[in-house]
Amino acid sequence: MSALLLMLLTPVAGAITLALLPRLAWAGWVNVGVSAVCLGAAAALAWMVGVHGEVAGHSFRVDALNGYLVVLTAFVGFTTAIFSRPYMRYVCMRGRIGERRMRLYHAMYQAFMLTMLLALTTDNLGVLWVAVEGATLATVLLVSLYRTPEAVEAAWKYFVLCGVGIALALFGTVLTYFASQQVMTDPEAGLLWSALYQRAGELQPMVMRLAFVFLLVGYGTKVGLVPMHQWLPDAHSEGPTPMSAVLSGLLLNVALYAVVRLKMLVDGSLAATATPHLAGHLLMGFGLVSFLTAALFLHRQRDVKRMFSYSSIEHMGLMTFGFGLGGPLATFAALLHMLVHSFTKSAIFATVGHAAHIAGTQSIDHIRGLIRTQPAVGWSLLIGVVAIAGFPPFGLFTSEFLLLTATMKSQPWLTLALLTGLAVAFAGLFRHVHPMVYGVAPQGQQPVLANMVPVAVHLGAVLLLGLSIPPSLARWLDMATGLITGTHLL
Amino acid sequence: MSLTGLPLLQQLLLVLAALVLFTSFALLAQARLVSAIHVFAWQGVLVAAVTTLVAAAGQLHHLYFSALLTLLLKGLAIPWMLHRLARRLGLARHVESLRGPALTIMAAVGLVIFSYWLVLPMVQESLVFTRNIIAISLAVVLIGLLTMVFRQQALVQVLGFMSMENGLFLAAVSATGGMPLAVELGVAFDVLVAMVLFGVFFFQIRESIDSLNVDRLNRLTETAGEGD
Repeated sequence: MSALLLMLLTPVAGAITLALLPRLAWAGWVNVGVSAVCLGAAAALAWMVGVHGEVAGHSFRVDALNGYLVVLTAFVGFTTAIFSRPYMRYVCMRGRIGERRMRLYHAMYQAFMLTMLLALTTDNLGVLWVAVEGATLATVLLVSLYRTPEAVEAAWKYFVLCGVGIALALFGTVLTYFASQQVMTDPEAGLLWSALYQRAGELQPMVMRLAFVFLLVGYGTKVGLVPMHQWLPDAHSEGPTPMSAVLSGLLLNVALYAVVRLKMLVDGSLAATATPHLAGHLLMGFGLVSFLTAALFLHRQRDVKRMFSYSSIEHMGLMTFGFGLGGPLATFAALLHMLVHSFTKSAIFATVGHAAHIAGTQSIDHIRGLIRTQPAVGWSLLIGVVAIAGFPPFGLFTSEFLLLTATMKSQPWLTLALLTGLAVAFAGLFRHVHPMVYGVAPQGQQPVLANMVPVAVHLGAVLLLGLSIPPSLARWLDMATGLITGTHLL
Repeated sequence: MSLTGLPLLQQLLLVLAALVLFTSFALLAQARLVSAIHVFAWQGVLVAAVTTLVAAAGQLHHLYFSALLTLLLKGLAIPWMLHRLARRLGLARHVESLRGPALTIMAAVGLVIFSYWLVLPMVQESLVFTRNIIAISLAVVLIGLLTMVFRQQALVQVLGFMSMENGLFLAAVSATGGMPLAVELGVAFDVLVAMVLFGVFFFQIRESIDSLNVDRLNRLTETAGEGD
């Protein structure tokens, strides 16, 4: 419990300190330090979960499923903080933002981390909603940080679309509470997920079905499911790059985590009705449509960050499909995919941020010859894209292969759609990335100050996961799979 | 099944909820900005009144607090902030030209019918009251959404957003006797922060497109060659 408390209080203290810090030059380092403490606390928490099975109390509850996401969130938050220190200093030196906005950036970075960790660890569905909405509020000013007309437009779209989406999720939460009141005596416990899960079979299926549709549309907006994805490419492409990395690597995961938790409730409630797999089928439908649409959209992108944000939609669609398919194998694959996608995508965004600084633009047509100018950046981008496209020996190959196997078993025809989508996405990525990496560099293109250690660590981890998954991690993911599906894989 | 068979208190609540729905319609079709803000304030007061009634009927003491919070936040603070913003942005006399008002209203009527249709499967004789109130709340939420889609003025869009919140609160209070206090406070905090951020954005938008007509925010599309 104390590790949990420390983990949640660190970002609070960090946000306040960074908002008031007198010497701006230290802000980047303080941000890294705070994130490191937070990661340490998250690791301690995960250790306790590993020993006791779960850590619960005071409306908080951490089990194998969210414990693993907590560590992932804190880790990506830490490495992105390392990357953002030189990156934001460069932005500040170039005069794109002033001192006040630097302060805002660092304070909001920690506020965002707080909302993510709170959303993951809370047991209360209402607090989960408050935290996910809080994540929008913390990041919306960061999307418009550069104050260009495009950035302001992207931020407004982000604010309004996610605000509306999340409002619908609140309606779903109210309906869930209404259903819970018919079976629970204690009104205070009526929104506790663990209490609801124990009595899921008694919740009124009619109400829960309606509630789930609202919850899926609401949280699905944040996952970036098509057709509610409109905000995502804009927000990712116009905000500062560290923000894109954490939005893609963390926020989307957390929103999907919320959907998975709620699916577990609804499955319990609908088990005895004529449509027991309604939630799963909805997830499969939304996931597949998102996956295929995003794969096609990859081809017509002209902004490099926008392209990779479509790639995020594609992968989130794949995970949603996996969770919808259900069964231990597909769920295990989706959980693993969450992990490797977060690692790879945040590494790619970090690299792309440096690439955009080298070329002085985010336009794909004008980024050329990265390997010539700065080999570390060029190779990282190439390796990152090979990994994200699902090539062996990287971890995404493993998870996609497992997912395809699971699909083959239960819905063989959909394998065809998945394979087509993967091929289309691969072609879309490579036709753009190939000239960016190998093309002829424009004259006078200079390398920039870059810290490539986080990128190397992330890509190295993805490679390792592709070669062999450590037994402890496999056991951990299997525990989470057991929680979600009720059956173990290993 | 008949409404007249309900206890008097529930009938009164339904009348108040219907009035909230009426203010939603008024908000959708009100062209004058300042009047729209007033309509929104009245909606907040009505929701607070519903909350007080539910609190008195069920002896739910924590709901008195929620009612007070709603009155202060939705009835006074947010309308006051919007008023001030409208004056500072020089929009105090702003009148927006509505696109196809008759069609918009018809769409809203359609949404009300849709809400009832959606809630219909929850047929249980004991739940006549709850079903009606959930349908009305859902209609308020959806009309708020419609307001955000149909109106181009950023301030009116915010009013639509906030009236969606009102609809949600109405559902929470009248169907479930209010969410747990911690959640309610969290939601109120989020709404307040959202309002402050909206205020910041009005100035950023005006700086970038010299107007608050958000239809002109159209630089980021898939077809245009953005990115440089």
